[in-house]
Amino acid sequence: MPQYALKRVLMMVPLLFLVSLGVFALVLLIPGDPAITIAGENATEAQIEATRERLGLNDPVIVQYLGWAGSALTGDLGTSLFSNESVSGAIAARFPVTIAVTAAAMTVALLIAVPAGIIAAVHRGRWPDRLATLFASIGISMPNFWVGILLIIVLALMFPIFPAVGYTPISEGIGAWAHNLVLPGLTLGTTVAAEITRQLRGSLHDVMQQDYIRTARANGLRGGVVIAKHGLKNAAVPVVTVIGFQVGFLLGGSVIVERVFGIPGLGDLAIRAVLQRDIPMIQGIVVVTALVVMLVNLAVDLSYGYLNPKVRQG
Amino acid sequence: MTPASTGAPAPSTAGGAAGGTDPVLVVEDLEVRFATDGGWLTVLDGVSFSVGRGETVGIVGESGSGKTVTSLSVLGLLPPHSSRITRGSVRLDGVELVGMARRKLEAVRGDDISMIFQEPMTSLNPAFKVGDQIAEVVRRHRGGSWRSATARAVEVLDEVGIPDAARRARSFPHEFSGGMRQRVMIAMAMACRPKVIIADEPTTALDVTIQAQVLDLMRTMSREHGTAVVFVTHDLGVVADICDRAVVMYAGQVVEQAVVDDLYHRPRHPYTAALMTAMPQLTGRSGRLATIPGRTPAPGSMPAGCRFHPRCAHAVDRCVDGDADGRVEIRELAGGRSSRCLRVHELTLEGTE
Ligand SMILES: Nc1ncnc2c1ncn2[C@@H]1O[C@H](COP(=O)(O)OP(=O)(O)OP(=O)(O)O)[C@@H](O)[C@H]1O
Ligand code: SF4
Ligand SMILES: [Mg+2]
Repeated sequence: MPQYALKRVLMMVPLLFLVSLGVFALVLLIPGDPAITIAGENATEAQIEATRERLGLNDPVIVQYLGWAGSALTGDLGTSLFSNESVSGAIAARFPVTIAVTAAAMTVALLIAVPAGIIAAVHRGRWPDRLATLFASIGISMPNFWVGILLIIVLALMFPIFPAVGYTPISEGIGAWAHNLVLPGLTLGTTVAAEITRQLRGSLHDVMQQDYIRTARANGLRGGVVIAKHGLKNAAVPVVTVIGFQVGFLLGGSVIVERVFGIPGLGDLAIRAVLQRDIPMIQGIVVVTALVVMLVNLAVDLSYGYLNPKVRQG
Repeated sequence: MTPASTGAPAPSTAGGAAGGTDPVLVVEDLEVRFATDGGWLTVLDGVSFSVGRGETVGIVGESGSGKTVTSLSVLGLLPPHSSRITRGSVRLDGVELVGMARRKLEAVRGDDISMIFQEPMTSLNPAFKVGDQIAEVVRRHRGGSWRSATARAVEVLDEVGIPDAARRARSFPHEFSGGMRQRVMIAMAMACRPKVIIADEPTTALDVTIQAQVLDLMRTMSREHGTAVVFVTHDLGVVADICDRAVVMYAGQVVEQAVVDDLYHRPRHPYTAALMTAMPQLTGRSGRLATIPGRTPAPGSMPAGCRFHPRCAHAVDRCVDGDADGRVEIRELAGGRSSRCLRVHELTLEGTE
């Protein structure tokens, strides 16, 4: 097992290198000259040249990359081109908010999907399954921003149970913090719930047909134990894979939802950075997001080793 | 119902009378239906047999004759929505299992009666250590701590001949060979000392040499603990080898029942005789059922009268009509045997030595 884990961690290194290359290449791909953007439309040729020099844009690309990647390794992602904020600092301030939104959405998703998926799998083809499948297809086809607006109208304006917009840091009280996260969590979580339900329904149903489930029953294990222990552990591998994918989706989805609910998260920061062509900020956000997605994938990979003992030898 | 056999006196063997006087398992007039595209089809039609305490009874028949369905219905393991026990009774030590509440039935399974399946490679849960799987069953029925249940698991693993049982208990199923996995299955089934074990072709998927070892193990376990065994098989050789009595099934019915020696010496149903001819030398365990000309009828298109008549070398016109109600009833014969053949008293069938 430790060997397996170590192998997975080492496999992240070349991947991170590729990501850093891609992120750096962003500078070359973004249209327009950042020096002009920064110096302003009315700047003189000399001012632009000075800016370019200051940003190191005249150095060979390799030198630029090594400089950037070297600092990034020490946690220094540069300085915003617009505010003089450090990129790492800005991300550190925003990231916990986005993590909270993602966690809220995943909590909502699992609370819906696990029972729904189990019921659908166990009653495959009969009405509880049809109902769950119907809700899953509705959940998948509804756009997030639309669900968000609908929830705001119903649960914040018509029946003011939850706040429509805003965010309270956890330091100001867990209750208020959670209260603010309910609607964004529901908004983002429904689509994810639908995906997880679909996957769980399929894989658990397949598992329940297996011989070892019959063995468990033949030896008198209770129906609930057979499903929850013998069934779920075997059905979990593809479900965990989907959950891993969905974390990536949630990080992306937070861009829209943070806008709808006025939440000061990473998505909000990203939109501003893109509109301003704040290249160091964009690079920083992409690198950090990629790192998180990789860590989630690592966790998923490691869970395979637990869920399926055969993997550990490989 | 029918007078005793008028042919040669049936060789009698002690304990022949249908499980003796003290049956531990009694299956009576079992009718099972399955939901199919063509509606509810009757798959088992009035299956009856009984098993005495500590007795080993073989259920033999071609593929599709209903052996597995019979086994599963005894334990209440048939698929709940697509199948139904529409008639009959299963009594384990006098307790009726048909229609028993699910929770009570779950408590009986694995404790008083358990089952071993054909496929050792897929019948153990790949996600749990084998010792834990056995310990879970022990704790389910006996309670106690994980530690004591695990100790019991190691004990039974040792009993079924797993070397270095304490260490192997911590291995996963994929770390065992097929034969070893079947030993684990036997250990799990025996862990709570059930009164009856149903083994559905437990050796069919194994190599011949391993087959012999697993059969020996089952025989030893059954003898040492007085466990009754219902041994489902295609293999008449295995029946001769380890069973006290045999129940021959054809097309969802029991067609003949007898003490093994009697059955081989003198079959009283043409189907049994045909099985024996198809399997010329009853030597060792190599005698698999060879094919009898013709095919087993499918549920839903059962021949009228005697279900075996399209393939029977002795069929006459009245075999198509059957008894009064268009079926052929089972006939009780001397020596505790029975046969579902209209001509049972006219025919003298060839057995084997
Ligand atoms: N789930 C099911 N749905 C519909 N029909 C079934 C089902 N299971 C079994 N049957 C039918 O019941 C009949 C008896 O099947 P069963 O599996 O008991 O035969 P068997 O004697 O065990 O054969 P084999 O030697 O191949 O294991 C067959 O005709 C089969 O098609
Ligand atoms: S009843 Fe007739 S067809 Fe059926 S087994 Fe006897 S002789 Fe053959
Ligand atoms: Mg079978």
